[in-house]
Amino acid sequence: MMLDHVATALREALVRVEAASSTAELRAAETELLGKRGPFAQFKAQLGALASPADKRDGGRALNEATQRVSAALAARRADLAAAERAIQLEAERLDLTEVRIAPRRGHAHIVTQAWERLEDVFIGLGFQVAEGPEVETDWYNFEALNTPPNHPARSEHDTFYLDYGTPGSTLLRTHTSPVQIRVMQTLTPPIYMVMPGRVFRNETADATHLAVFHQIEGLVVDRGITLAHLAGTIEAFTKAFFGDGFTSRLRPSYFPFTEPSGEFDIRTPRGDWLEIGGCGMVHPNVIRAGGLDPEEWSGFAFGFGIDRMAKERHGVGDVREMYSNDLRFLEQF
Amino acid sequence: MKIVHSWLTDLVPVGDDVPAIAETLTDLGLTVDGIDEVGATVDGVITARVLRAESHPDAAKIHRVFVDTGDGRERHVWCGAFNMRAGDVVPLATPGTVMPDGRRIEPKPILSIASDGMLCSARELGLGDDHAGILILPEGTRLGVPYGEALGLHRETVYDLDVTRNLPDCFGHRGVARQLGARLGVAVVDQPDVDGLFHEGRVAPVEIVAGERCGRFTTFVITGVRVGASPDWIASRLTAAGMRPINNVVDVSNYVMLECNQPNHAYDLDTLGGGGFRIRLAGDGEQLTTLDGAVHTLTGDDLLICDAHDTPIGLAGIMGGLDTEISEATTTIALEIAWFEPIGVAVSARRRGLRSEASLRFERGVDPGNGIPSAAARFVELLRLTCPDLRCEGAADETAGATRPGHREIHTSAARINARLGTELSAEEMAALIRPLGMPTTVEASGAMVVLPPSYRPDILETVDVAEEVARQYGYGRIGRAVPNSTMHGRLSVVQARRRQLRQVLLGLGISEAMPNPFLAEHDLARAGLDGPVVRIVNSLVADESVLRTSLRPGLLKAVAFNQSHRRSGARLYEIGHVYPPGDGELPDEHEMLGVVLAGEPAPAAVDVWRQLVAAMGFGARLDQSVVPPGLHPTRAATLTLGKQVIGVVGEVHPDVLDASGIDDRVAVVELDLSVLLTQEPKVPTWKPTSRFPSSDLDLAFVTPDSVIAEKVDKAIRQAAGTLLVDLALFDVYRGPGVPDGSRSLAYRLRLQAPDRTLTEVDVAAVRDRAETALRKLGASLRG
Repeated sequence: MMLDHVATALREALVRVEAASSTAELRAAETELLGKRGPFAQFKAQLGALASPADKRDGGRALNEATQRVSAALAARRADLAAAERAIQLEAERLDLTEVRIAPRRGHAHIVTQAWERLEDVFIGLGFQVAEGPEVETDWYNFEALNTPPNHPARSEHDTFYLDYGTPGSTLLRTHTSPVQIRVMQTLTPPIYMVMPGRVFRNETADATHLAVFHQIEGLVVDRGITLAHLAGTIEAFTKAFFGDGFTSRLRPSYFPFTEPSGEFDIRTPRGDWLEIGGCGMVHPNVIRAGGLDPEEWSGFAFGFGIDRMAKERHGVGDVREMYSNDLRFLEQF
Repeated sequence: MKIVHSWLTDLVPVGDDVPAIAETLTDLGLTVDGIDEVGATVDGVITARVLRAESHPDAAKIHRVFVDTGDGRERHVWCGAFNMRAGDVVPLATPGTVMPDGRRIEPKPILSIASDGMLCSARELGLGDDHAGILILPEGTRLGVPYGEALGLHRETVYDLDVTRNLPDCFGHRGVARQLGARLGVAVVDQPDVDGLFHEGRVAPVEIVAGERCGRFTTFVITGVRVGASPDWIASRLTAAGMRPINNVVDVSNYVMLECNQPNHAYDLDTLGGGGFRIRLAGDGEQLTTLDGAVHTLTGDDLLICDAHDTPIGLAGIMGGLDTEISEATTTIALEIAWFEPIGVAVSARRRGLRSEASLRFERGVDPGNGIPSAAARFVELLRLTCPDLRCEGAADETAGATRPGHREIHTSAARINARLGTELSAEEMAALIRPLGMPTTVEASGAMVVLPPSYRPDILETVDVAEEVARQYGYGRIGRAVPNSTMHGRLSVVQARRRQLRQVLLGLGISEAMPNPFLAEHDLARAGLDGPVVRIVNSLVADESVLRTSLRPGLLKAVAFNQSHRRSGARLYEIGHVYPPGDGELPDEHEMLGVVLAGEPAPAAVDVWRQLVAAMGFGARLDQSVVPPGLHPTRAATLTLGKQVIGVVGEVHPDVLDASGIDDRVAVVELDLSVLLTQEPKVPTWKPTSRFPSSDLDLAFVTPDSVIAEKVDKAIRQAAGTLLVDLALFDVYRGPGVPDGSRSLAYRLRLQAPDRTLTEVDVAAVRDRAETALRKLGASLRG
């Protein structure tokens, strides 16, 4: 008799669980079905009144089984409802992520700085350190120590800015980074493997390819037994490291007062074009001497070229003046 | 320097493979910047004589011209120019001719009358800019021949060479021929014999007064001169080299200069005062009118060539006087060839603003030695082509004390040169490379070498110079390539690495890098509210760029204004750059600064940037609002101090400065002295164990008088809370109802934690009490 009631209650309970359409309803159903006043609790209370031990045992077993089945059904239904409700919630939270228009908060490094740092990195990889020097220089460091005495004709090619500082003609804005060579030799004991990037000045009217204020990087090696072949090898290594494996370099004779022999170096693009890059040469014995070193003991090479030019070529800038316009429309392109 | 191919190959027969020659020249350091074809003529244009011209009643702007091309047939052309007369010889483009501009000449009828070709202007034939009328050819020109042939135009190939200063002889064709011949193993043709130059007879005597500036001055008296036209080939080569043919004497003079690199001058001896020369310095204020008509007031540093009566006739080494040109009547000349001290010429030419073909060469150094008689012999040889009765009479050759490059032996060795170049050449191989350059070299078995540089190579003084000539001839490309083994460790210095880190932090804050001009106009600093001494540029080309900046601010404010004018009002920019205030030492007090401008943002934005930099870079400095930095907002700015040193400012630009700069909105600024801050190495943090015990938060709001700065309140709370305080946050600042005027409520959250136990309410209450007591001393009271 009781078993029939339990079976009926179980059927009804399972229907009830299945019918719950929300977790709230399910919670209510759970309380009603399995709570103290629920049908199974009542059956359990009636168990004690049963006479036959066999009936007690069978009834207890049936009750256990029923409550377990109800619990399992509740858990399954709960999971289903939770999943459905989570699905509704997720759908309700849908966002169009392409609507997001928060302006990127990233500054733009100047392309000259970018080129400058790339060049430094390449030379650091070749075992060089980086030296810097003042932009305002004495005539001695900028010219005389570089084997360019007063009235040397090469001076007239430099279009120098002179400053009203100290005795007239003694102070100027450096026309190249080469004075740092002298400062490095004066302060360091060889071996010296240094690059010297920096700002330089020429007193000329700016146009699309020339500026009065621009940037150069200079290299200086002073060691025992340094030869022109070492210069050529270093230029080639730099060419490959900076421009890429498809590029090669060449040296051809040129003239600078501070190097002897002197050269220009060009690089050849994979397409076969030659680009003139910069000047180089074996440091002149007079320059080694000006640096406080003995040219019989130490020899070296130096090279230099424009950083702005590297930036200009890399990004195809048509007019170098625009690089210094400080126009955000320019700066933010890079 | 223009080098004419036919001229060059006359001197050194190396064939006509122009691209190969150009490549070899470039490889020798005689960089070929371009190759031009000049003297090209237009096919189909022939010479014709004008018979007569007739106007047509229906044509006002053109007329009918009848010409004869020598075949007796009368040809008719329409012509829009009226400058020709009957008998003139003119160029006629016959039908079918394609003009250089691509036009094809057709017998197109006008008013039903056909035109049998077109008469040409100089410009139409590529002979110059003259388009005012039809080109009138010289009288007596043959008819019916190509005009190029009639004019003696030769097609010439011209190399545009970039000749470096150390190769002065290569400012002449012969020097270039010498380098090329040495590389290709082809001998250069000999100079003419100088023996015929020196005869008894009339002499143009020379007195060198200024011996320190004039090392040699040589004159040759030449008679039997007849002034006329030059041979075609001389005129053609001079034209190709960029010089205008004038007459046979002047042309030969120029030809010798362009070939031998010996500037020279031919004077009419019959009009030369006193028939001789005096070389002396000018008197201060002495005047001279040069060939170009300019009047120069001279100084005691200018060197003059005077006649024997001491009348100036030329600025030595630079330009002749106005009255020294030979005339058509000249029959006897004094040819002068000299050596002037190069720097003196350079300085004088620069001061006078005069540059000439002669000064260009003297500045670099011409041959003071055998080149002088050789050039004279070449002059005679060439002038004799048009003056068969030419005769050399006496020569005067004066030398003086100026230091002339001469025969100074260089003692060196193959080992020294190989050590410079990284080559393994023998002394004999080296000698073979440089001997053809006119450098006699003796070689010993030991490898020792004695090199005698020629007098036309003043640059060759020591071993390294010989090494360069060896390398030049051997070919830089044949020298091996070896990477030296750097024994240094490639790396950035602390300052350089920290500068890069600083850039990355700034970029991460959305601040872009500007590079304003370091030069300012005189008023820029004052406009930015900054003053103080500056360093000025003496020779600035632009008045707006005559002062070296002492602050990055004016440049950055200009950038803000510029961007605002292009509708970009919120510029966030930084610059890392040098400023150059005057200092006490040999050089100005140049140092590196960081400048940041945040357009459209108030002072707190600047403080935020500073605090971000403190956090990221470990910068340390005290923010002191009691001192107002110049040019900044008086109540919204602070100096940053480190000890007693001011290392920066933070705040907002003064509204007056904004007005003066044309900026509409607030601008927040941060400026830091990187010469101090980047050298500060940040402390390496030492480990503190993290507590396993729970923390407690305590919120306290203090009503604090405005006169007490928040930093002071922070400090008081920290002291009161002691070691239990692990974090302190000011999370709200409130002014308004409930808080008395002149005060504000500062709300702090204190996070308390002990390393070894769970805090009790007693602990927290104790902190609260201590804080309240401490704050009361500052005049602040716990709120609510």
